[in-house]
Amino acid sequence: MTTYFDTASSEPLHPAARAVLEQAVASGYADPRRLHGPARNARIILDNAREATAEALGVRADEVTFTPSGTHAVHLGVLGLLGGAARSGNRLVATAVEHASVMHAGRWHAEHGGVFETAPVDASGRVLLDEVPEATVLAVQTANHEVGTLQPVAELAERAPVFTDACASGGRIALPEGWSAAALSAHKWGGPAGVGLLLVRKGARWRNPFPGDDRVEERATGMENVPAALAAAAALQAVVAERDEVNARHARLIDQLRAGVAAIPDTEVVGDPVARLPHLVTFSFLYVDGEAIVTELDRRGFSVASGSACAASTLEPSHVLTAMGALTHGNVRVSLSRETSEADVTRLLTELPDVVARIRHEAGL
Amino acid sequence: MSAALELDCRGMLCPRPIIELARNIGQVEVGEVISVAADDVAARTDVPAWCRMREQEYVGAEDAEDGVPVFLVRRLR
Repeated sequence: MTTYFDTASSEPLHPAARAVLEQAVASGYADPRRLHGPARNARIILDNAREATAEALGVRADEVTFTPSGTHAVHLGVLGLLGGAARSGNRLVATAVEHASVMHAGRWHAEHGGVFETAPVDASGRVLLDEVPEATVLAVQTANHEVGTLQPVAELAERAPVFTDACASGGRIALPEGWSAAALSAHKWGGPAGVGLLLVRKGARWRNPFPGDDRVEERATGMENVPAALAAAAALQAVVAERDEVNARHARLIDQLRAGVAAIPDTEVVGDPVARLPHLVTFSFLYVDGEAIVTELDRRGFSVASGSACAASTLEPSHVLTAMGALTHGNVRVSLSRETSEADVTRLLTELPDVVARIRHEAGL
Repeated sequence: MSAALELDCRGMLCPRPIIELARNIGQVEVGEVISVAADDVAARTDVPAWCRMREQEYVGAEDAEDGVPVFLVRRLR
């Protein structure tokens, strides 16, 4: 029996999405742009998904586009705003702690003749407002995916059109004010994988940066995953409806975790302790190998993520922790699900000191 | 800057260079500098972070002749 503490990577399918998905798979297979009966069924399902999504997010239905992933929505959002603003400049500025997909979009932009710069953050991971360079487009996440810190999106939106990556926060907290484009990812709120959302504000200047096709909607990439989009919308509505209760519970559990972990010697708990996502926390243990601690916690029945170099697919330490000046080795990110109980957290806090002590002992300390 | 003790941590992966630093800081007197040559990318962040957490002074980094960064730490306590 594993306690799943990695919902910031991917959340289990929400029960509200499961039944909807099964039904929609049976009836939503056709191309919604054709003129026959099955196509009309698919069109109704897609339109319902869009309406329900818009309602849950507090946006207009015509601002919502379903994409094949959050990553693709990020790429379309960042580069599309740059395309829309091309007459006034080509300077993309992103906070130094943006998700890798934003950084890759920035490097792609630079390789195609644009300018890409990053803006520094403080030790909590919050962007330093006075040190943000002039920008044609600003990429500012709603909340950080590794440390949970919230960003001042609305303040920065007064300076330039803002793309906000809301993948880490989508469903859990309201969208911030001020964005011109935004990206979300359904599998992070309990919808199916393979559904991203690109939001483009009515009136924002956006131009498709990639080759399109002959489909009616300019922002869509091929045919939407119609059944999954409806399931994603059902999960989103359920998550939004229950989030006041869930967030309050999560905030208490995270406070408990922060305090409990901080009591272990030579530990750094990172991210803003207050202005943060309610469900995740990151901490690092001196002299501990990130891969070793993730593996040992897995053996003891806990699934956690790590931003340490030795636990990463890239063999590089997390650029988020690096930008914050935080310790990068021995890093553990715990993110809670709606089913996480106080007993789960207590059990983790009971086992952690022993796990850390053992790994340090094996390292000869 | 001359270090009272030089640690060669080339080829070691994180967190090994930091473990070596912690093990050997006691070998130098308070006020003296210990240097850590480390090519692991994490060391650039983790040496200053260690200094902050262990209340030691991070002096800075120089490049060795082979281009590997050498991190300088002054023992404060």
